[in-house]
Amino acid sequence: MEPLLNHYLLVSGALFAIGLLGVIVRRNLLIIYMSLELMLNAANVALVAMSRFNGNLDGQVMVFFIITVAAAEVSVGLALIVALYRKRQTADVEDLATMKL
Amino acid sequence: MNIAAWLILLLPLFSAVVIGLGAFRSRKVSAAISVGAVVGSFLLTLLLIRAGGELRTSVTWLEFEGLQIDIGLQIDTLSKLMLCVVTGIGGLIHIFSLGYMKEDMDFSRYFAFLSLFVFSMIGIVLADNFVMMFIFWELVGISSYLLIGFWFDKSSAADAAKKAFLTNRVGDFGFLIGILMVWAALGSVGFADLSNALSGETAAVTGLAGFLIFCGAMGKSAQFPLHVWLPDAMEGPTPVSALIHAATMVAAGVYMLCRVFFLIDGTWAMEAIAWIGGLTSLMAALMAVQQDDIKRILAYSTLSQLGYMVMAVGLGSPDAAMFHLSTHASFKALLFLGAGSVIVALHHEQDIWKMGGLRDRMPRTYWTFFIGTMALCGVPLFSGFFSKEAIIDVALQSNLLLFLVAVFVALLTTFYMTRLFIVAFMGEPRSAQAKRAKESPALMTVPLLVLAVPSVLAGYYNAHAPNPLVLCASLVMLVFGMLVANTVYSGAKADPLPARFVWLAKAMRGRFWFDEMYQWLIDRVQENLAKLAEAIDRRVIAGLMVRGTHGTTELAGRVLRLTQTGNLKAYAFWFAIGMAALLVFTLS
Repeated sequence: MEPLLNHYLLVSGALFAIGLLGVIVRRNLLIIYMSLELMLNAANVALVAMSRFNGNLDGQVMVFFIITVAAAEVSVGLALIVALYRKRQTADVEDLATMKL
Repeated sequence: MNIAAWLILLLPLFSAVVIGLGAFRSRKVSAAISVGAVVGSFLLTLLLIRAGGELRTSVTWLEFEGLQIDIGLQIDTLSKLMLCVVTGIGGLIHIFSLGYMKEDMDFSRYFAFLSLFVFSMIGIVLADNFVMMFIFWELVGISSYLLIGFWFDKSSAADAAKKAFLTNRVGDFGFLIGILMVWAALGSVGFADLSNALSGETAAVTGLAGFLIFCGAMGKSAQFPLHVWLPDAMEGPTPVSALIHAATMVAAGVYMLCRVFFLIDGTWAMEAIAWIGGLTSLMAALMAVQQDDIKRILAYSTLSQLGYMVMAVGLGSPDAAMFHLSTHASFKALLFLGAGSVIVALHHEQDIWKMGGLRDRMPRTYWTFFIGTMALCGVPLFSGFFSKEAIIDVALQSNLLLFLVAVFVALLTTFYMTRLFIVAFMGEPRSAQAKRAKESPALMTVPLLVLAVPSVLAGYYNAHAPNPLVLCASLVMLVFGMLVANTVYSGAKADPLPARFVWLAKAMRGRFWFDEMYQWLIDRVQENLAKLAEAIDRRVIAGLMVRGTHGTTELAGRVLRLTQTGNLKAYAFWFAIGMAALLVFTLS
């Protein structure tokens, strides 16, 4: 069976949903962060699939940029999490509620 | 000729500006500039009159869609006559002031204000459209405020100035609305355009507009409901009273009515104007009978004579009104300056019961005052006779009731003027100051002598044989009034009337309690309105709207703050829900 655009999009949707669920239910910042990456890559999959099936390379170019920026973002994000952990000795979001009034 | 016309207007302004900007340091220079400016205007006026003909010159000031406002001068018979009165009598008053204000600290300021006043007044006279007239109208208001309140450290003077200004503003409000109505109905504000644009179907509009415009005259010329400011305005220096009350400011209202007579002619406003004029003249004459202050008697007499003029306009004869205005200007200025001369001689004593016997001590003032009194009473062959006769004649022909009022007012006029004259000048001196009184210096008596000439002769330029019935009626009233006043007051030490007519005299002395009535009205109506406004401000605007906005915002803030749990997961959840909702919303 030849895979169709729908199949790719279903995969992408599933990835996105799993990522979102992870962000919402998990407590560890690191895991939440990984889930975020999952969502980002779900978008990438959708873009690549669209690009492939429409015969237009713009989507793939965009994905390259996203990957590059994501790499930079990951390094910043991880650095922040490490810094936070060093300061508070925890990476649990339940404990990180100082924004609450 | 155009230049001459502009110079007449601008010379006094130039004087006021120069004095204000620096010349005030020198008393002599300021006085010279001020007197020079007004005399210059007078000479230019004579030049214009000699040249004859009509003259119109204007520059466009503002131009909008459907409205063009000029600053224009209109020189015709009417404005020439008025210019002559304003600059001529104004000039004499300036000269008289040199003597009267000699010892005042603020001599220069006085002359600057005087020049400003003359400038504003000339502006009204020369204006060729409503807007320009209104601007100068307000300028007269403000300069009269400055002059009446000239001795502003005296609280009564400051109050009188305020009262004059505010009362005038009430009338001017009507005037402004009237101008707007005329503009809306006829599409122009220039007098010449308006008189061309006037046609039958606009008469209904111009009736109301004419009456509103008359409200302006009501304020300036101190007619019945708004007459209260004029007697109080006596707080100003006496030459100012002469200027404001005889020659210029109060005459402005009558002049304006004559200028726009074409608008009100034949509308219902005429009837109202005539009755208000008649009522004012009657009421003011009654009040004058029981006043003791020499200037106040003259002030009420001015009111009463203005009532005559307004009545004449209302009865359809602006010519008679202007005729009386010009003769009245000269003899009333004469009377006021004479009173000023007396007041200076008596060291600012104004109560006529503390005068007496001034005939021998101040012969020049006495004789000129005598001429002024004769003219005001309308003794035949004096100027007032002809003009008053003309007005009474008009009244006889159109409204019998007003004719009777006018004749009765003539009787009262004779009575109170004879009373003033006998009490102040005849008999024995009744106070130490009156015993020591000396004739005023030539600077003050010469203007009196000069003014005495037009007071006698001014009537002849327009004199015509009076109606025999009018002549008889006024002669009878004249003789009767003089005889009664003579019997009552000859040799009297105090006024015998209050003892005999208790209530009537009290009402006259109390000026029919108009001031008290207005005070009550203001206390009740205005005070309550102010309270209402305050309540609205406090409750609705500050309470409901300002604090309401702040309250709802804060309440919403408090509710929304509950959602700020600080929990990252909750935020992510709400964010996802929001995005999903947005997606559903946009895609469906």
